[in-house]
Amino acid sequence: MIRINGLTKKFGDFVAVDNISLDVHAGEIFAFLGPNGAGKTTTIKMLTTLLEPTSGALEIDGLDPRKHSSEVRKRFGIVFQDPSLDGDMTAYENMELHGIFYHVPRKLRVTRIEQLLRLFELWERRNAQVKTFSGGMKRRLEIARGLLHTPKILFLDEPTLGLDPQTRNQLWTHVKHLNQTEGVTVFLTTHYMDEADRVAQRIAIMDHGRIVALGSAEDLKIKTSTASLEEAFLALTGSTIRDESASSTQQLKDFARLWSNRR
Amino acid sequence: MSVIYILWLRELRRYVRSRAQLVASLGQPLLYLVALGFGMGPVFRKAGEGSYIQFIAPGVIAMTVLFSSVFSGIGLLWDRQFGFLKETLVAPVPRIQIMFGRTLGAATVAVIQGLLVLVISFIAGFRIVNLKAAPLALVFMLLIAGLFAALGTTIGSVLQNMQGFQLIMNFLVMPIFFLSGALYPLNNLPKLFAMVTSIDPLAYGVDALRTILIGVTHFGLVWDAAVLLVIGGMLLLIGSHFFSKIQA
Repeated sequence: MIRINGLTKKFGDFVAVDNISLDVHAGEIFAFLGPNGAGKTTTIKMLTTLLEPTSGALEIDGLDPRKHSSEVRKRFGIVFQDPSLDGDMTAYENMELHGIFYHVPRKLRVTRIEQLLRLFELWERRNAQVKTFSGGMKRRLEIARGLLHTPKILFLDEPTLGLDPQTRNQLWTHVKHLNQTEGVTVFLTTHYMDEADRVAQRIAIMDHGRIVALGSAEDLKIKTSTASLEEAFLALTGSTIRDESASSTQQLKDFARLWSNRR
Repeated sequence: MSVIYILWLRELRRYVRSRAQLVASLGQPLLYLVALGFGMGPVFRKAGEGSYIQFIAPGVIAMTVLFSSVFSGIGLLWDRQFGFLKETLVAPVPRIQIMFGRTLGAATVAVIQGLLVLVISFIAGFRIVNLKAAPLALVFMLLIAGLFAALGTTIGSVLQNMQGFQLIMNFLVMPIFFLSGALYPLNNLPKLFAMVTSIDPLAYGVDALRTILIGVTHFGLVWDAAVLLVIGGMLLLIGSHFFSKIQA
């Protein structure tokens, strides 16, 4: 379903993603782990047509995202690391807009929006502005939205960041359920090892732009002769803490906080 | 088509929902109308130019349309920061449609703001000389709004963060307003200054509104329309180019 071959992304002299190759099979739940700044999000951005790779080959459902960006975009749903909802619009309006963007026919759109909002327990709040939602509700809405156009692949970039254990638990239950019922291929990144251990069939560990290990959670534990995935992760990536420089988006956010009463 | 419509609708919904902003954005035009309109009135009359309220009302309407449309265009920066921009960027929709829908929405909001100021200026004593030509004023307001919404979108696509915003305000938007002749007649200006005002697109917008609403003209209506159309079209092209280049 996803093929990556020799993928590289450079920002000036800095190599964010360094010659990685991997395959994700149809119907699989695949976890992409790595410390901050390992290149996970950069890889996802390249897979989802948001960034041009410096070199290497990519294939999503047999299509090159660079050549057939529109076709590729129809085939995946994505939940970004940062929220991407319009807070001034209601939950329903956010869903509706997404449905129109992805050319979901009206009738199907209406039934599917209701079905998904009910599944993620947001139907009662469909007419409330999203800015009044809690973090967990926003995340659920984003996942519901990402599934509206029945994508073949669902990208989840740290979807459980900042959520309480109850919400995380519920969220993964939904994702697993959808993977089983709709056969969606799931490509996820997370910092919570227990989540990857529980949901993912295969795991790739990335560090400094390279894939340092690939296999099932069991494989990784055996390979590093450790008892848990967390220990295996630390054995593979070391225990130094990585610093990420503040991105321009972050700076903008800091600035916006000063002006937050604008919205 | 429906993509353009839903993005247009989104701009309108946001406008209607942010009532505080709606009221706040009418404060400035009101101040110009009242403080300058009544304050400068006697001097203007003494200079033999007639009623100052009559004179600046079209200018203040043009100013409202300018600010409102540029800001809505720059609203792109807010979308970038609140993340919604990414949702539009990964959608299987040509970027030009997204840019077009946004710009159209921003322009519509700006025209509504302009009409509100028109109503306010009525209360302040402004009168349209030729009521039959008034619908034509709406067309020109839309032209001004479209032009500057496209400019705003261009700026929003190029700027990465809000730091550049003050720069744009002080060195682009404010000069566009002050050099447009919204507050003073463009006749008998020093030569160099007159040249600068003649490259300001808003000068043509103000002139058109003044021609239609109070029957005083400087460039002539046909010339005004031509300049607004050509520059607006160019900015729309430039804007779509930069918008299509945005990477997340």
